[in-house]
Amino acid sequence: MTLFRNWRIRDWRARYWRMSDWYDQKIEVIIAQLLRAGVLAAALVVISGAVPYLGANGWARVDYRTFHAAPAELRTVHGIVRAAFSGDSRAIMQLGLLVLIATPIVRVMFSVAAFAIEGDRMYVFFTMLVLTVLLYSLFGSFLIA
Amino acid sequence: MWQTICLNVLEFTFLVWTGSLAAGFLGALTGLGGGVVLVPLLTIFFHVDLRYAIGASLVSVIATSSGSAAAYVKEGFSNIRIGMFLEIATTLGALLGAYLTAKVPANALAIIFGLVLTYSAYVSRRTRPRTGVEQPPDPLATKLKMNGTFPDTSGIRSYNVYRVPAGFGVMFGAGALSGLLGIGSGALKVVAMDQAMKIPFKVSTTTSNFMIGVTAAASAGIYLSRGYIDPSLAMPVMLGVLLGSLIGTRVLVKTQTKRLRLVFSVVIVLLGLEMLLKGFRGGF
Repeated sequence: MTLFRNWRIRDWRARYWRMSDWYDQKIEVIIAQLLRAGVLAAALVVISGAVPYLGANGWARVDYRTFHAAPAELRTVHGIVRAAFSGDSRAIMQLGLLVLIATPIVRVMFSVAAFAIEGDRMYVFFTMLVLTVLLYSLFGSFLIA
Repeated sequence: MWQTICLNVLEFTFLVWTGSLAAGFLGALTGLGGGVVLVPLLTIFFHVDLRYAIGASLVSVIATSSGSAAAYVKEGFSNIRIGMFLEIATTLGALLGAYLTAKVPANALAIIFGLVLTYSAYVSRRTRPRTGVEQPPDPLATKLKMNGTFPDTSGIRSYNVYRVPAGFGVMFGAGALSGLLGIGSGALKVVAMDQAMKIPFKVSTTTSNFMIGVTAAASAGIYLSRGYIDPSLAMPVMLGVLLGSLIGTRVLVKTQTKRLRLVFSVVIVLLGLEMLLKGFRGGF
């Protein structure tokens, strides 16, 4: 932390961009690794639902020609989590996809924290705006959909 | 074609997985993105309904963006401030696009899709003339702290960002298309940054990769609540594209991709024309 406070004092203009780039870069590497872990976790959850699903329905006929929309319990965060924990294999796959959808959202959350630590209020505000849109889409979009 | 010969779930899942693997691999290898060929693949060859295809494609876009972030970030080109600021435009655009998918008829969507496909192939073939003249820094970009540095062969190079409002506008459009069609619309994002905002190409492409996942997440919630994301279909697509793109980014370092890019561009154009034709005939 002291590192980031010191460089602001002298030679602000010349140093600011370079140091903030360096700092951004370091944070980015950590976030990227977390993201990859999140994606792999999502893939594992999807696979753990896919195995029982294919085992039980592998010989059924396929029908994606006409749109029926996924069942209601697979369309909300709450419903997916509940159905997945009751052991429904399709819901487990959907839960994995939900984990995947959450990875960029978590990334934006980390960015809010990173900008806050850096003391960059303007970018905390911008990032919060993005986060609001994302959370609205995931939790509140049934209002318009 | 495939569904008419009575495939069972196991065979269908395996074929879709293989196709997605190829799409993800080629997309990562050529830098053109795999999402853009997934929807034509699913709708034309597997006769999947356009809405299911769009939902599955969007999910796979998030997988490639988040999965390859580590590979991109290590190079140190991406500019998180530019990315985050423009995300305001792309996420709002994505909300609008995802909202519109339900209102726009499927055939119109297919036609838009065809146009976007052919355009993105065209953009990737075009050579970029670069003006070497250094302009004074743009006051708005300076205020937004967008000017940055990136590692070059000759050490650290600094760059300035210009025409922020224009870039913001194009980004809104890119977000809307992403939400409308379930694609990453990486090509358009790069155009906004590289052409409009004069951001160095390397910085544009890596920042675009970061933005693609966040943009897609903005429409994913809406797709989910509409029932566009069917787990049984999205499962093989997501797993295939993810594995394909991970292998693709590994191989990328060792191969000459020039010819491959040309071949893949031709494939994209052909798929685009097929979508256009089928859309105009009312085949969706």
